[in-house]
Amino acid sequence: MFEVNEGIIQVSYIIATILFILALGGLSNQETARRGNWYGITGMAIALVATLLGDVTQNMAYLIVALLVGGTVGIIAARRVQMTQMPELVAILHSLVGMAAVAVGFANFMDPDRLAHYAGVELTIHDIETYLGILIGAVTFSGSVIAFGKLSGRISGNPLALPARHWLNLLLLIGAIWYGYQFVVESAGGGGTGPLIIMTVIALLFGIHMVMAIGGADMPVVVSMLNSYSGWAASATGFMLGNDLLIVTGALVGSSGAILSYIMCRAMNRKFLAVIAGGFGTGGGAPAAGGGEDQGEVMPIDPLETAELLSNAKEVMIIPGYGMAVAQAQHIVHEITQALREKGVNVRFGIHPVAGRMPGHMNVLLAEAKVPYDIVFEMDEINDEFPDVDVSVVIGANDIVNPSALTDPDSPIAGMPVLECWKGTTSIVLKRSMATGYAGVQNPLFFLENTRMLFGDAKATLDEVFKAL
Amino acid sequence: MRIGVPKEIFAGEKRVATTPDVATQLMKLGFDVSIESGAGEGSNFSDSAYSDVGCDIVDSASELWSKSDIVLKVRAPEGDEASQLRSDQTLISFLWPAQNPELLKQLTESGATVMAMDSVPRISRAQKVDALSSMANIAGYRAVVEAAQHFGRFFTGQITAAGKVPPAKVLVIGAGVAGLAAIGAAKSMGAIVRSFDTRPEVKEQIESMDAEFLMLDFEDDEDGAGEGGYAKVMSDEFIKAEMALFAEQAKDVDIIITTALIPGKPAPRLITAETARSMKDGSVIVDLAAEQGGNCELTVAGEVTEVDGVTIIGYTDLPSRLAAQSSQLYGTNLRHLLTDLTPEKDGNIVVDMEDEVIRGTTVCKDGETTWPPPAPKLSAAPPKAAPAPVAAPKVEKKPSVLGTVVGMVIAGLALLGLGAVAPASFMAHFTVFVLACFVGYMVIWNVTAALHTPLMSVTNAISSIIVIGALLQISSDVPLIKWIAVATVLITSVNIFGGFAVTRRMLEMFRK
Repeated sequence: MFEVNEGIIQVSYIIATILFILALGGLSNQETARRGNWYGITGMAIALVATLLGDVTQNMAYLIVALLVGGTVGIIAARRVQMTQMPELVAILHSLVGMAAVAVGFANFMDPDRLAHYAGVELTIHDIETYLGILIGAVTFSGSVIAFGKLSGRISGNPLALPARHWLNLLLLIGAIWYGYQFVVESAGGGGTGPLIIMTVIALLFGIHMVMAIGGADMPVVVSMLNSYSGWAASATGFMLGNDLLIVTGALVGSSGAILSYIMCRAMNRKFLAVIAGGFGTGGGAPAAGGGEDQGEVMPIDPLETAELLSNAKEVMIIPGYGMAVAQAQHIVHEITQALREKGVNVRFGIHPVAGRMPGHMNVLLAEAKVPYDIVFEMDEINDEFPDVDVSVVIGANDIVNPSALTDPDSPIAGMPVLECWKGTTSIVLKRSMATGYAGVQNPLFFLENTRMLFGDAKATLDEVFKAL
Repeated sequence: MRIGVPKEIFAGEKRVATTPDVATQLMKLGFDVSIESGAGEGSNFSDSAYSDVGCDIVDSASELWSKSDIVLKVRAPEGDEASQLRSDQTLISFLWPAQNPELLKQLTESGATVMAMDSVPRISRAQKVDALSSMANIAGYRAVVEAAQHFGRFFTGQITAAGKVPPAKVLVIGAGVAGLAAIGAAKSMGAIVRSFDTRPEVKEQIESMDAEFLMLDFEDDEDGAGEGGYAKVMSDEFIKAEMALFAEQAKDVDIIITTALIPGKPAPRLITAETARSMKDGSVIVDLAAEQGGNCELTVAGEVTEVDGVTIIGYTDLPSRLAAQSSQLYGTNLRHLLTDLTPEKDGNIVVDMEDEVIRGTTVCKDGETTWPPPAPKLSAAPPKAAPAPVAAPKVEKKPSVLGTVVGMVIAGLALLGLGAVAPASFMAHFTVFVLACFVGYMVIWNVTAALHTPLMSVTNAISSIIVIGALLQISSDVPLIKWIAVATVLITSVNIFGGFAVTRRMLEMFRK
């Protein structure tokens, strides 16, 4: 076997780093994204092969088996997953990164050569790195598992509001710091296993509690935040191992997740901390003004009339929300879109950043249904054009089309940017019932004179609309 | 139950209360439908068109009246029609109970249930039943067509080789349903359209039709909106001011279409004889209020007259002049009402007097007059909101520069402190870390929002680079470490392969 020395490994890592950056850069548009993914795969392969050849001296057989088994599981999962379940898959994959960070941290701590390598300040820093790596990894792990449970409906999506939960969080944080201190002190003398394990438990509890307190529609923020955490965990592990590739990759992923969280929070006009602290409008806010008032009557419409309205329109805007994912209605939406486009109707999609349960969720669903991406627009691109729209079809969305976000300063969602579909000629809202959205705010849109309600399961009603077309 | 639709006997009435399309829908509700032979002729629906969809054609009116449980009509019953009504029957038609008290009395005495399509309450839910609106819409459209017929010139402006054609100027008074329909029709023919209404809230609607709203220079903010979104009687000064406006406009415009009506009152006189005469020769006035006395002093109900070169159209049967369309819309209104009346869809009607729409529409039942109904609970127009309290000027909290500076100084000091104690090897890694964060920041902001989900799955895959940590440990001689490392490789490889594979799968789906 030819010699792979330290220099070659370093060069491979640099190449891998560049490829990873290119992979993320490629996602700036749909054309280059596919190539970007191959960059990522190549980078990963180069890094793996270099490390394998350079650093692995024995137990190669175990490694290959583990790699093959894991890889097979991963590919099968990727093939089988439905696009509506993407948020769950991403959450569970995050938890694996967290688990790996914890495992690598513990294994590193147990290495008997550790005390021989480091001493004094270096040992302290190394210990802190190990400690942080495990801490972040454990939070990521348990948080992602809970997020997975919530997204897949195994755990109720309602926020769990324990009494004094902020104090509980603070207590856990203080505990983590205290045991960190203990760990560093004991570790210098060769011990430290006790505090490390206690801290891991604290971190796990913290992760569970944090995500349990967050409700369904805040999930985009949580998923991207966990994405960020998994990156920071990798970065901390990189510091521990003195490995720049890990540090850089972790930092890339960490900042990516952080930016996504920020974008999601901005789209809901909420502070990041408020989302993380959990609940909605529970910070002593007054109940939604106007919620109790009689808002007038809604005007129902039947699928036949909907079809007629749609085929007579020139400009149609479809606004999908989580309800479309739940009803699996994306394919029929596409068929309707096609039918309308053949009749010369200009159909476009307006996507609110927080529609769905993870960033970009709606885009993926529409892409799955083969809706061409050049008719799918972001809120900022399309919001000014609503006055020219003849018919807006709102499918299973509520808060993201709520005019009170702009008009009612007391509304819990005040200031949240929303899709202003009521400025169009007619809005058709598909809904199962008159229940309020996640934020618990009544939506005045439903009572507007130019709004028609199409009640029923989104998929069933759209099937009828399609037949009528 | 059997629905019967007789032929309208009012002279010149071409409409019919149901069309073959509507009849099909009625049968779906569980009704049987009988049509008097020839009932649809005026609207171009032949008997065979009805029998094709399964209607029963009945030769004589008396047979039809006797065998039907529900009779649908357009015009109020007249002649011997009312006397044929039995107590177990239901009649639905236009009735105008305020104008026809005797008829109402006669109907009440018959003991039958009678519903008046002109008494449908003006609430949002009842819009689909609102036949007045659907007929007014047609009348407004037809008014423009009639005006065009009698107007000797183009509506639209043109520059031709033979010279310039000026566009017609149309003034529409009263921007209710009919007025707005007239505005739309005139506008689409290319005319310059102006409109006036006493209710200020319709200004927006007029302007949304691309017509000009004529402002009345009047000091008081008098609001002409009465109950149910209809207009009300205005003060004398107001009327004087608006008459002056019309007199002035009359000299300028070519066509005036008046649609001003106040419920239960004679039509307001808006165009005096003098104003009408002052119009240019060849001008046209269409008076949609002719039946209620006319908005123009010179109007003769039901006829076209010419006074000093100005044509005044006073037709009272405009909807009937578009009979096929009117019948279709009116029939659909009736069908909606019947849908509400048959909650079980079993062809049996239930007159639920708790239902606001049904209550309002029913004028007599079981020998008792139930008209006028109690005032509707909700108006179609939103109740006037109290002027919003002037919001206190918001003090925008500027992020204090001081805070930023302090934060930066603290961060700088912390970094310096770290540098003072940390070994060089750590600082090298730290440098890489900070730079990588910035690179990540720059790269990620460029990612398009549509690809956020693939972004998360690909970052997920590459964050599994943490596998390298396990690779470094797998060669350890300590069995526990070795096994932990093997397990880590296992789970991270799920992530690597799964993450990249699912990203690829998603990206494949994005297509133009």
